[in-house]
Amino acid sequence: MDAFSTHTGIGVPLRRNNVDTDQIIPAVYLKRVTRDGFADGLFAAWRNDPSFVLNRKPYDAGSVLVAGPDFGTGSSREHAVWALQNYGFRVVVSPRFGDIFRGNSGKAGLLAAQVDEKVVQRLWDLLESQPGTTVSVDLESRTIKAGEGVDAIEDSFDIDDYTRWRLLEGLDDIGITLSHEADIESYEARRSSFKPATL
Amino acid sequence: MLGQGSKTGKNERKGALMGKTLAEKVWDEHVVRSADGEPDLLYIDLHLIHEVTSPQAFDGLRLAGRGVRRPELTLATEDHNVPTLDWDKPIADPVSRTQVETLRRNAEEFGIRLHSLGDIDQGIVHIIGPQLGLTQPGLTIVCGDSHTSTHGAFGALAFGIGTSEVEHVLATQTLPQARPKTMAVTVNGVLPDGVTAKDLVLTLIAHTGTGGGQGYVVEYRGPAIEALSMEARMTVCNMSIEWGAKAGLIAPDQTTFDYLEGRKEAPKGEEWEAAVAYWKTLVTDDDAEFDEEIVLDASTMTPFVTWGTNPGQGVPLGASVPAPGDFEDATDQIAAQKALEYMGLDAGTPMRAIKVDTVFVGSCTNGRIEDLRTAASIIKGRRVAADTRLLVVPGSARVRLQAEDEGLDVIFKEAGAEWRGAGCSMCLGMNPDQLAPGERSASTSNRNFEGRQGKGGRTHLVSVPVATATAIRGTLSSPADLDTDGES
Ligand code: SF4
Repeated sequence: MDAFSTHTGIGVPLRRNNVDTDQIIPAVYLKRVTRDGFADGLFAAWRNDPSFVLNRKPYDAGSVLVAGPDFGTGSSREHAVWALQNYGFRVVVSPRFGDIFRGNSGKAGLLAAQVDEKVVQRLWDLLESQPGTTVSVDLESRTIKAGEGVDAIEDSFDIDDYTRWRLLEGLDDIGITLSHEADIESYEARRSSFKPATL
Repeated sequence: MLGQGSKTGKNERKGALMGKTLAEKVWDEHVVRSADGEPDLLYIDLHLIHEVTSPQAFDGLRLAGRGVRRPELTLATEDHNVPTLDWDKPIADPVSRTQVETLRRNAEEFGIRLHSLGDIDQGIVHIIGPQLGLTQPGLTIVCGDSHTSTHGAFGALAFGIGTSEVEHVLATQTLPQARPKTMAVTVNGVLPDGVTAKDLVLTLIAHTGTGGGQGYVVEYRGPAIEALSMEARMTVCNMSIEWGAKAGLIAPDQTTFDYLEGRKEAPKGEEWEAAVAYWKTLVTDDDAEFDEEIVLDASTMTPFVTWGTNPGQGVPLGASVPAPGDFEDATDQIAAQKALEYMGLDAGTPMRAIKVDTVFVGSCTNGRIEDLRTAASIIKGRRVAADTRLLVVPGSARVRLQAEDEGLDVIFKEAGAEWRGAGCSMCLGMNPDQLAPGERSASTSNRNFEGRQGKGGRTHLVSVPVATATAIRGTLSSPADLDTDGES
């Protein structure tokens, strides 16, 4: 995984709540066996609508998605994260994320930045009134910034310490766990014999 | 033999003498390593995999030159993307075929047991685990599927994971996990006749909202839960994720032990005795404290159906479609407005007046043998309404065979229903079983998200009795409505 420290890109206002992973990428797009090629399936049902935000310039070149509460609820499909990344998103901002989606984001290197609902409202207003405004995210200081002068927005975002550290360092989770091999072995040595086996 | 509490555990915060909840007992028993400022490293007893969320995980292993640490704690099946018609022939869609064949190659290469299409133990991953007796109390169970919570019905700690985590478990048989908060949902009273576990859980989700359980492992308890069969308990735990919970579980009891005893993969002889003795310790201690509690009364519950596009947007079948103005919160009002537009519904329409095109009986929520027996008992001697289609999809090959042994397939076919092969089918609309744009369904599955059952499809989540009565009358109905029809 590539390390993540800061990112600045065009903000995309997705004025919707409860955007579940079936909305992010419908099941019919999940048939691929690779981690790429999912950009076409991103928000597939809405992409036919010319007024949908990603069908409008300059939002189509955006890399910071700003969504309402409960983004990424539902299915565990990591394809939702890959689809956002394949399209070009590096950051998703929301007041509340589905648990599995947030976990998947951290593993795959997409920053899921949790902010106050009021911040999302202000970002939506700003990004809609001034299309093309960039949003800057600093993972080290956990801050998010957008706009200038009287319209400027600056606030903090939440992300758990461990995920932040892994993202900043670009660490491979499996590698970290394998460094605790001895702990795993000693646990396995004391597991009950009546636990089931498939082979 | 219970492990030590983790450093961030509530027990230590509130004093070492306090009892533990069921979830905490199972958690602590599986902590491989715990350190300040890090998530606990949990050992995983059973890892279930399927064709859709595993290919990239196996690719990752190959790329890093890693193997599967414990193939004997891993089980694979084909369910999400398999056809339910002509399932004994090569899969027609080449992309789907590639995905299924990729799983077969990976299982072969890494030495993992796989139940393929045509195998007697093939079926929806959350149906075959319990059916084989692999799902047992006190285990940690994960799967790249959010409805893994189903297995919590046995007192296991079971939750859905993403593909990167699938790779992590394959490589290490462990998973780093932050300790969740605990919640109790106590359901008192007795469910009235004709009101099912599905109605119970839909009522709960309407009460809490889809985010109400977020961050919690939930224990369902109380007389109404204890009275449920194992299959009904699975229906309740299955939908934990629909109100945001990380997992849902129920303490194992005699009902659990009776269900497991004699199953193919359940412990035998002395091991059985040892296992049951341990399982009996898997209850929440009297002096344990939950971080949150909800209390519901089963006796006031009625058949419950959804009108909107998330599982929390539901009302009693006897009620009407709500208006956005009925909601206090501005966010809920907007969500209701959007849902009504998508669902093509007018506020104030009685739910019973809603005409349905397709009825789907199946999925890991309601695709087990008891569900099919219930549906068959209602439809026997009746017919599916003229403009309605009824799709009955058993959750596993064994459920299908058992239903055929009992003659249920004949009852369904005589009533004009379609009898299919086992799989996820129209629950997620990945295979050809999909709704057409604008088509309306009553579905025994767990999600009514926009487009879930096919692009533009409109889904009402219902119980098995409501689904069956709806198929017969063509409008959202309960079996009680059929009796009235008979009299008139
Ligand atoms: S039946 Fe539906 S919810 Fe269950 S595993 Fe299959 S797709 Fe997921």
